[in-house]
Amino acid sequence: MSTMAAARGLLTLAAGQPVDRIPAPHIEYAQLAPTLIVVGAAVLGVLVEAFVPRKSRYYVQVFLAVAALASAFAAVVGLAAGGYGSDKAHIAAMGAVAVDGPALFLQGIILLSAVVAVFTFAERRLDPAAHGNRVDSFAAQAASVPGSESEKAAVKAGFTTTEVFPLALFAVSGMLVFPAANDLLTLFVALEVFSLPLYLLCAVARRQRLMSQEAAVKYFLLGAFSSAFLLFGIALVYGYAGSVSYAAIADVVDGTVTKIDPALADTMGNDAPLLIGGALILMGLLFKVGAVPFHMWTPDVYQGAPTPVTGFMAAATKVAAFGALLRLLYVVLPGLRWDWRPVMWGVAILTMLAGAVIAVTQTDVKRLLAYSSIAHAGFILAGVIATSAEGVKSVLFYLGAYSFVTIGAFAVVTLVRDAGGEATHLSKWAGLGRRSPLTAAVFAVFLLAFAGIPLTSGFAGKFAVFKAAAEGGAGVLVVVGVISSAIAAFFYIRVIVLMFFSEPKADGPTVAVPSPLTMTTIAVGVAVTLVLGVAPQYFLDLAGQASTFVR
Amino acid sequence: MSFPLLTVTAAVPAVGAVLTAAVPAARRTAAKWLALLFSLATLALAVLVAVRFEPGGARYQLTESHAWIADFGVRYELGVDGIGVALIALTALLIPFVIGAGWNDADPLETSSSRWRPTQGFFALILMVEAMVIISFEATDVFLFYIFFEAMLIPMYFLIGGFGDRAHAGSDENAAAQRSYAAVKFLLYNLVGGLIMLAAVIGLYVVAGNFSLQEITAARAAGTLDMATNTERLLFLGFFFAFAVKAPLWPLHTWLPNAMGEATAPVAVLITAVVDKVGTFAMLRFCLGLFPEASKWATPAILVLALISIVYGALVAVGQRDIKRLVAYASISHFGFIIMGIFAMTSQGQSGATLYMVNHGISTAALMLVAGFLISRRGSRLIADYGGVQKVAPVLAGTFLIGGLATLSLPGLAPFVSEFLVLVGTFARYPVIGIIATIGIVLAALYTLVLYQRTMTGPVKAEVSGMHDLRLREVLVVAPLIVLLIGLGVYPKPLTQIVNPAVEHTMSDVHEKDPKPQVAVEAKNGEAAK
Repeated sequence: MSTMAAARGLLTLAAGQPVDRIPAPHIEYAQLAPTLIVVGAAVLGVLVEAFVPRKSRYYVQVFLAVAALASAFAAVVGLAAGGYGSDKAHIAAMGAVAVDGPALFLQGIILLSAVVAVFTFAERRLDPAAHGNRVDSFAAQAASVPGSESEKAAVKAGFTTTEVFPLALFAVSGMLVFPAANDLLTLFVALEVFSLPLYLLCAVARRQRLMSQEAAVKYFLLGAFSSAFLLFGIALVYGYAGSVSYAAIADVVDGTVTKIDPALADTMGNDAPLLIGGALILMGLLFKVGAVPFHMWTPDVYQGAPTPVTGFMAAATKVAAFGALLRLLYVVLPGLRWDWRPVMWGVAILTMLAGAVIAVTQTDVKRLLAYSSIAHAGFILAGVIATSAEGVKSVLFYLGAYSFVTIGAFAVVTLVRDAGGEATHLSKWAGLGRRSPLTAAVFAVFLLAFAGIPLTSGFAGKFAVFKAAAEGGAGVLVVVGVISSAIAAFFYIRVIVLMFFSEPKADGPTVAVPSPLTMTTIAVGVAVTLVLGVAPQYFLDLAGQASTFVR
Repeated sequence: MSFPLLTVTAAVPAVGAVLTAAVPAARRTAAKWLALLFSLATLALAVLVAVRFEPGGARYQLTESHAWIADFGVRYELGVDGIGVALIALTALLIPFVIGAGWNDADPLETSSSRWRPTQGFFALILMVEAMVIISFEATDVFLFYIFFEAMLIPMYFLIGGFGDRAHAGSDENAAAQRSYAAVKFLLYNLVGGLIMLAAVIGLYVVAGNFSLQEITAARAAGTLDMATNTERLLFLGFFFAFAVKAPLWPLHTWLPNAMGEATAPVAVLITAVVDKVGTFAMLRFCLGLFPEASKWATPAILVLALISIVYGALVAVGQRDIKRLVAYASISHFGFIIMGIFAMTSQGQSGATLYMVNHGISTAALMLVAGFLISRRGSRLIADYGGVQKVAPVLAGTFLIGGLATLSLPGLAPFVSEFLVLVGTFARYPVIGIIATIGIVLAALYTLVLYQRTMTGPVKAEVSGMHDLRLREVLVVAPLIVLLIGLGVYPKPLTQIVNPAVEHTMSDVHEKDPKPQVAVEAKNGEAAK
């Protein structure tokens, strides 16, 4: 029998059922509340764009976004308090979505980081007012050609792209589903739902619009490419296991499947579709994570996108993608552990070393942070490879620590400005510590956390993943991780040197005084960095309780 | 629960650092006095620690233990043995002098912006370093120690890179670049050392399951915790590498001359007299305590490296033209002696090494601070720029001489006792190495006396002729150090009394007994038997 026959078998089975016997899906709305709230608010946001007068749109959108994210977070907390993270963890929405510890924990992180990221989206005091209107980091009218008359008219009229708020909400809703997805199709849909708005968000910078649009095109093309890989992988795995459900695939993969029909028996004989399909799915996810060799998009996109978007993307995308990666490797493919571990070892080592080494040569703050995020993806992968509850816990903790440092760091980048907008070239940061000691000190705290200096969250996270990796028998990864940390420390320190020990230049940038919005973002970043550095126990416990996947 | 004396001793300078940093820009004199006050309060607490410590009592005293990060097996555990008490006392003692000597070193330039507050930062950083050093002497949890061992790099880095000699400040861009280079070199060397140690710390956790020094040592002694030979050796090397960078041991020493040369004299004292002691202290406490077998395995290699440090450091010091770099290389030679004493594995050697840490701290502080006063007057670090200073500034020259004589271990001054003990202790087990090490003493006499001769004697140079002698503040800084050098040289008993029992414990950690007096022959037989 061939695969054709298997497919026919499935078809005839479906055709044999009378149409009226399709049952109504059973959806646990309460347990999906976090996602539903965010999607609902996003839809409302679109309506706001259509019906609310232009003047008050900004306020309505900001309020709507923050309120939706906050209430979604409250829903996550409520679910976790109700025991859905531990003993009541189960699979909801007809097997499509898991409601369990890792999902809720990561959704919580995504929502919180989205709240502080939205604050930076809403910042309107950094750029000087244009024609008496306060402006934010986004183009007056994304559709008008850069430098054209229509752009000038839009600026003069005081247009703003308030669509960024519903777009961000759509992206968040996709990110919420991504780590919770419990079948491959949901995974793919969630991926597209959060990717497409991000492509758009990357393209709408107010300054350097061409660069921003170029970044968006690159991101879109490479992203579409990786989506195609993912989809092809899904098709192959489906062909192998005869199902897209995680649990069903897992059963087939580790051979515990109870009911083997002839079609399945036939495909199970050949591992090639599984191995190739699994590898393609992994590729799609590693692309989103920004792991080497799928990292090419990161520096360009991080540099070109509006900085608030970069911060949001760097934090939340990574959290969501690592969540999906964890679930795939721990729930679907544990039976293939001996096949994927060597590969992931290689990827982790490459990612850590390449990220750290290439970052050394960077001269732009945003690109520097992009390469640093690649190196950090490598560190997190070391925890993923541990294949233990400790590993999951350490990854969850690291993601929480990392996202707030990242958003905080990019928020500081938005403050340092000269006539051309943000002054992201490193040479312009010389002597910043002399002009604005506080801003430089805050950025130094973030850099030290990135470098993993003790008493910052970066150290606690790094220690957690390395410990998990060492206990999981990956001592080599720890040594490589330590070496790349040392290399990485060099360029973080270089920025600190530049800020504090160089004489300020006469025409150097100024530090804009932000509104309470950005200040809140930065303050939250610093607070989380220090609290997780000094007293991480509570959050480690939390991550520990949340480290069991439901199957 | 009793009064947490050790925590408070470390916390007082930390609080002082925060308060000092918060003093407004215009009130910088208040910041100086505040910092001095807190450093004196710390000294008082350190004296209290020494008084409360009973030399004949339990190994670790004044212990505190609280849960901290249960997930990592980390507890907040403090405790001191005699070695810790001596070094805490040294640290607390030296900081007020460092602050006094650096009183005007960090005043802002007239051109600086009004929001730039270097003075407050300078003194806050010094106090911060003090707090971190003290807590690393107290920590009996490996992880807790590691955290502060690593974290103290950050304030040190800013102290080295941010505050250069007044003589060069502002005008000379080249000096700023060199200073920045020195600070980065310091940081990278120590950070790499620390990160390699981090890998070993994680490895230790995987093997032992917790970080408590006492538990692990006890488990090893009772034989309940086995380490494979290779594992133990690798972990030992991971720890030792970090400490050898910090100490610094040849060939990992190259950051020290840069750092000490570019930093202001008080900061140079802070580096070599205080912060580097954490490295040698940690060798005694952690390398020997956690990995006794591996320590013995590595002893021959380490002794050879220490010997190279002694001779090489002294030789290079002889050839130096820069006063501060000369002191730096002399320190490298002295650290060689300390490490040699530790790994000679005799009680005399280890007592000597501990005394050496304290005495080297005091003598280097005296020499370096006076050298700093000298350099600030003339605005040059080059030996060749001086001559005949003793005729113009006799008090300065006299104190410089005493500091120098202490550095060359003149009998009657404190360093003599410790150097003698180290040599005797080494000779008892490794006669050849002990004999070669004495070359270091001869060379020390050479570089110190030649330094004195070239700068202080001879015809008075024109640029030196108007030189002011030591001012009251400067005398107040130097005089107590000299009194201590003479006092501990004549009567070292208070120190040895505290240190000796601790050394006995360390010796029993490594299962070593002192060789019998007629050693030279017996030690060889013993080795042949192995």
